[in-house]
Amino acid sequence: MKHLLSTQDLSARSALRLLDVAEEMAAVGEREIKKLPALRGRTVVNLFYEDSTRTRISFEAAAKRLSADVINFAVKGSSVSKGESLKDTAQTLEAMSADAVVIRHPASGAPARLAASGWIDASVVNAGDGTHEHPTQALLDAFTLRRHWARLGGMPSAGSTLAGMKVLIVGDVLHSRVARSNVWLLTTLGAEVLLAGPPTLLPVGIGSWPCTVFYNLDDALAQRPDAVMMLRLQAERMNAAFFPSTREYSRRWGFDDGRLALLDTMGLDDTVIMHPGPMNRGLEISSAAADSPRSTVLAQVRNGVSVRMAALYLLLSGDQRDEHDDQTDDPTALIPEGRTP
Amino acid sequence: MPASDSGITKRVVLAAADIDRALTRIAHEILEANKGSRDLVLLGIPRRGFPLAQRLAQKIASVDPSVDPDLITGQLDVTMYRDDLRRNPTRSPLATQLPPSGIDDKVVVLVDDVLYSGRTIRAALDALADLGRPRAVRLAVLVDRGHRELPIRADHVGKNLPTSSRERVRVHLAEIDLIGGSAVNEVVIEDRA
Repeated sequence: MKHLLSTQDLSARSALRLLDVAEEMAAVGEREIKKLPALRGRTVVNLFYEDSTRTRISFEAAAKRLSADVINFAVKGSSVSKGESLKDTAQTLEAMSADAVVIRHPASGAPARLAASGWIDASVVNAGDGTHEHPTQALLDAFTLRRHWARLGGMPSAGSTLAGMKVLIVGDVLHSRVARSNVWLLTTLGAEVLLAGPPTLLPVGIGSWPCTVFYNLDDALAQRPDAVMMLRLQAERMNAAFFPSTREYSRRWGFDDGRLALLDTMGLDDTVIMHPGPMNRGLEISSAAADSPRSTVLAQVRNGVSVRMAALYLLLSGDQRDEHDDQTDDPTALIPEGRTP
Repeated sequence: MPASDSGITKRVVLAAADIDRALTRIAHEILEANKGSRDLVLLGIPRRGFPLAQRLAQKIASVDPSVDPDLITGQLDVTMYRDDLRRNPTRSPLATQLPPSGIDDKVVVLVDDVLYSGRTIRAALDALADLGRPRAVRLAVLVDRGHRELPIRADHVGKNLPTSSRERVRVHLAEIDLIGGSAVNEVVIEDRA
């Protein structure tokens, strides 16, 4: 794997490998010395054209736990505001021998452009592009879901899939790269995906997505989902009126105290509530729901570091002869000493 | 991995009974060097070091009934500590599992199947340092085939096997390896003649 740009083109095999490596990375996070030497001497650049706190520090923590050097490049206040193009920035990073560029960009497709341009030799990781994709967020959601699902099934999470799991994604799907990445990835991993949101906040062409669409949250909850993922209402991306008022949105589409109680009434004891953060409390999710034992919000943040460690490790270690390795059935088919010269 | 078996000669250098005898001897050596089973921890290096560590623990327990083999055995993954990560296809790390008592102030015996360049053991020593501070670290291997590239030697060796670097030493253990549908225990030298 050279780049991580989207989950749409991620095979089940690659996705499972990423999640399995993330399990081992999570174990490192529980040790006293939370550091591995695997990426010593390699440079990871966090190139952020949009504000983000949790994604950037999550990538930074992940790179540092693998002993990589990290350069944080916040575009605000940089030469980009003087008019430097993505190409010039990329070539600067290339000249500084960056091994990986983690890029967040307001334009959909910017990371793919960077990866395909030939401007830079580094691995490109998409940390959110426009309204397109946010693959590492989807991977950490899948990781969180898989741990929950495996625990319920009484099996180890490493190696298991999401087969049989029903995941409901609610809210502003139109502006949400998290929703897109999750629809592709969760489907690839065997889960059934339901979407619910106001018609004005669902994208054109959603009929071709591998999921069922609901226009009423309570109808969707009646499908007895195993997880409910609330999306953030992305006010900063809204340049038109998509719904009459926030109060109405909250009543119709918010996960409020009433709906939290409904899960108990329906006997959905094991249904978790997810949110990619940052949360608009009282809008798409009530405080009681966000802080309830069902909420996985903090587990998602914690798992984000493990998943990003796995992604950086798989992108940056090895000599790019991965295809050969991917074909062996046994991911542990190492070549220990003694076997080959 | 060889594409076909043509042109490769194989000879079995240790059969199941030889492996068992070697492990029995190593188990006794470990107990003798440690003056008993006190503070002993056996850490197998994946993949084949781990079943070997389990077998050694069983043998130690049969000599000293106060030992619970599960409580002194663990697995130590060294993938992330290797110095050849950039020279080979990406490897997936395996689980590191320490015994519940941890490794601080213990006598840790690293267990692996083949000792060759010594680079795996160097990585294992680095990994151990991140996990705790053992009182002493020793090394037990089923086969020492020579060709060391680092100043590392084993404390307990099942069999010294002088080999040419053209040859490959393959250890097959019943816990992991199925050949023709049946589990086998053997050590084979393959030579691409």
